[in-house]
Amino acid sequence: MHMNWFKYSSPQTFYPLAGKMIPWFFWAASLLCAVGLYVSFAIAPTDFQQGEAYRIIFVHVPAAWMSMFIYLVMAGWAAMGLALNARLSAMMAQALAPTGAMFTLLALVTGSLWGKPMWGTWWVWDARLTSELILLFLYLGFIALQSSIDDPRRADRAGALLALVGVVNVPIIYFSVKWWNTLHQGSTINMGVAPKMAATMLIGMLLMALAFWMYSVAVALMRVRCIMLERERSSDWVKALSAKGGK
Amino acid sequence: MLKARHKRFILIGIGLALIGLAAMLILNAFQSNMVFFYTPSQVAKGEVPHNTGFRIGGLVEMGSIKRGDDGLTVHFVITDTAHTVPVEYKGVLPDLFKEGKGVVAQGSVGADGLFVASEVLAKHDENYMPPEAAAALKSAQEQSKTLVMPK
Repeated sequence: MHMNWFKYSSPQTFYPLAGKMIPWFFWAASLLCAVGLYVSFAIAPTDFQQGEAYRIIFVHVPAAWMSMFIYLVMAGWAAMGLALNARLSAMMAQALAPTGAMFTLLALVTGSLWGKPMWGTWWVWDARLTSELILLFLYLGFIALQSSIDDPRRADRAGALLALVGVVNVPIIYFSVKWWNTLHQGSTINMGVAPKMAATMLIGMLLMALAFWMYSVAVALMRVRCIMLERERSSDWVKALSAKGGK
Repeated sequence: MLKARHKRFILIGIGLALIGLAAMLILNAFQSNMVFFYTPSQVAKGEVPHNTGFRIGGLVEMGSIKRGDDGLTVHFVITDTAHTVPVEYKGVLPDLFKEGKGVVAQGSVGADGLFVASEVLAKHDENYMPPEAAAALKSAQEQSKTLVMPK
């Protein structure tokens, strides 16, 4: 079966498709979150060293994963927008940035709350924490740069360049605990080795990561629909849509 | 003949590769400044900054924690299994501070070789398991020890 995917690369055709997909992603997110929270707080056992305080990882680790993953996706869309001169790609990048920034902040705050009782400090300037803070600034810089330029096409190009330059930070965050000695512990889950944690803990964490993922997709689609309407407000399809009452 | 968009993709690729290379060189040049702490072996070899404070990281040696009479001062030994550094600290210790576990202490070495710490942080490891599993693991290790020992 051959499908013409490029058909959906125009805002006019993508707008209704995105509208249809949003509820599915929201339902998936809510369901996964409900099951994930139940597994995390009711089924997963206490930790032998940290007691109950370790349960912050069910939010902290998925948020940190998403903060890095969303940045890669955002930079990917930005690159596509730059190379193909595609409007929708740039809009997707713009739509992802606030969600990415939110997860980065969440990872930093939850980590800090955990760090005080466990490490004995809210914050240290080690390689992992510092590079994650830089990620937050990259997101905020991208948002600020884009909104400071009035011409949307020029704003897209400037934002895309910043997003692409910042990509170099993502592997630095990921491998920081391997390359340098840090206060932050090494990764519990590694490719090709058994995870160093109990199975139910791992399942809870993965469910929460999936829930965050589905949530990110749903919110990004909602946001990209708003961006589409705003940017194409003088086009015929938006006028026709508003004449029909937005249906 | 390349299409304009293919050319742009290639340019983006080259740009990313160059930025990656630059970042790699910069991080390599700053290698010694990127470390959060020094190990006792580095202290023994004199690879630590002089005249200024620094951090030592390692494990708290088993049986080395001694609390002072005032209830606040604590003495312990940081080891990386090759070398050790004795530490003195006055203050509140974090929850995870235990013998045999990771620790990072900030302070400076006195003339007598004693490291006087102004801050002690616990370094958590990447293992998470229920207490029963930890107990089972410990007893299994002890059993295997007794199995190996007799000759």
